[in-house]
Amino acid sequence: MYLSSCLEQLKAQTMTAEPFARRDWMGLIARAPLTLLDAHWPDDAPAFTWLRAPEMGAMMVQGRAGAVGAAFNLGEVTVTRASVRLGCGTVGHALVQGRSPRKAERAALLDALLQTASGAALQTRVLAPLQDAERHQSEGRARRAAATKVDFFTLVRGEA
Amino acid sequence: MYVAVKGGERAIENAHGWLAQARRGDVSVPDLAVAQIREQMALAVDRVMAEGSLHDPDLAALALKQARGDVIEAVFLIRAFRTTLPRFGASVPVETGDMQIIRRISATYKDAPGGQVLGPTFDYTHRLLDFDLADGAAPAPAAEAPPTPGPVPHILSHLGAEGLMQSEHAPDPGGTHDVPDLTRAPLEFPAARPLRLQALTRADEGFLLSLAYSTQRGYGRNHAFVGELRIGYVRVSAHVPELGFEIEFAEILLTECETVNQFQGAKSEPAQFTRGYGLVFGQSERKAISMALVDRALRARELGEDIGDAPAQDEEFVLSHCDNIQSSGFLEHIKLPHYVDFQAELELIRKLRRNAAGLQDAAE
Repeated sequence: MYLSSCLEQLKAQTMTAEPFARRDWMGLIARAPLTLLDAHWPDDAPAFTWLRAPEMGAMMVQGRAGAVGAAFNLGEVTVTRASVRLGCGTVGHALVQGRSPRKAERAALLDALLQTASGAALQTRVLAPLQDAERHQSEGRARRAAATKVDFFTLVRGEA
Repeated sequence: MYVAVKGGERAIENAHGWLAQARRGDVSVPDLAVAQIREQMALAVDRVMAEGSLHDPDLAALALKQARGDVIEAVFLIRAFRTTLPRFGASVPVETGDMQIIRRISATYKDAPGGQVLGPTFDYTHRLLDFDLADGAAPAPAAEAPPTPGPVPHILSHLGAEGLMQSEHAPDPGGTHDVPDLTRAPLEFPAARPLRLQALTRADEGFLLSLAYSTQRGYGRNHAFVGELRIGYVRVSAHVPELGFEIEFAEILLTECETVNQFQGAKSEPAQFTRGYGLVFGQSERKAISMALVDRALRARELGEDIGDAPAQDEEFVLSHCDNIQSSGFLEHIKLPHYVDFQAELELIRKLRRNAAGLQDAAE
């Protein structure tokens, strides 16, 4: 399935805009917990070759003085990166949060597959649940935060 | 001076064996899982990440387990591990204005746009021990309410819009490679503010707290209001060279504090407020507030304020002593064998006493 779909890659690229742009899916996958990636992993994932085997490392996170001023180094965050090539030549990259070669492998492979003609199906099958999970988590935080929002009322002095 | 001493290998090995057994404690009590530490000792994990200068909750939890709960030892383990990781690059500076807020308070504006959100705070608790926790009681689910969507702008941006808050220096145009990094080059004085902020965010919380408190008590007095304290999740983006675009590859919890401090004005500038800034990994508002106070104290020179002998205003004093790994490294090295030094001192003292006794004899 995947090899033939690779051949249609060019065709896919000329189709109408996908709901997820590449930069968005790469970020979504990078931030997702590995358990979730595993849960939605396609069983028929194709063979690939490594362009860059998974490598653990760190990215320096920067902040800004006073939130808007000069950049400064806040501290590092662990990451893992990897790059793969499918049989058809499509290349996938990954830079994911945390130390997990398997997560980086899956992310790079997904990045490649999402660029092929089967990408549209994978958007529904993998990206949609990842996005739902992230949205659910974010909404939960927002709802709990909203419940702790303060409603001030001012006491009038000197009146009983 | 300390010299290499051979011997004691068996004693060392057995000591480490005992350490492992002591770490485990009573085996009739279940072993503590790293995930339990990560989830239930989350603020200790946050502190280890902040002072270890590496964001990875699982690693920090493991370090706490290995260190038997000794936070500075856990920070040491994280710093040591960090040196084994290749650095792939730097992020784009995080946009704390886009933070997903879980807590946000202001001591200066009651009706700040976006509201005051208490979040999961110890404030207003009575600090009475809760014995139900000892019984493992499950908490009731947290209350929820419909969120009001919309941006939550930084409160101090309103003062800035009126020109009452000193503006930060124009940001560098995304040239993230020129940012000074104390993990790559030794500290030199005077240190630019970005370098000071890096040192402060990874500094020992207790040390910063004491220094910040000292400014409140009058040592480098600089009365601060907490203009805004916000805690929440931010996305971290980086430019991927292979692709030519940025991806939001991580999400991390940060605590940010901006203080409002008075400034009398100078010949070139009208009277206005100035800012102290704190930004720390995890949920750690004591540290973030302390950092903001000390950041503001360290700006005394650039703002042309009178500098007395307040420790918090002395950047060499603050930056040279704020790192708990450096401090404990030097402190604890004195327990290592100094047999030769001590023999030399002992010899000297004996000689002085002999000489003194000789003089006395001669005088008699």
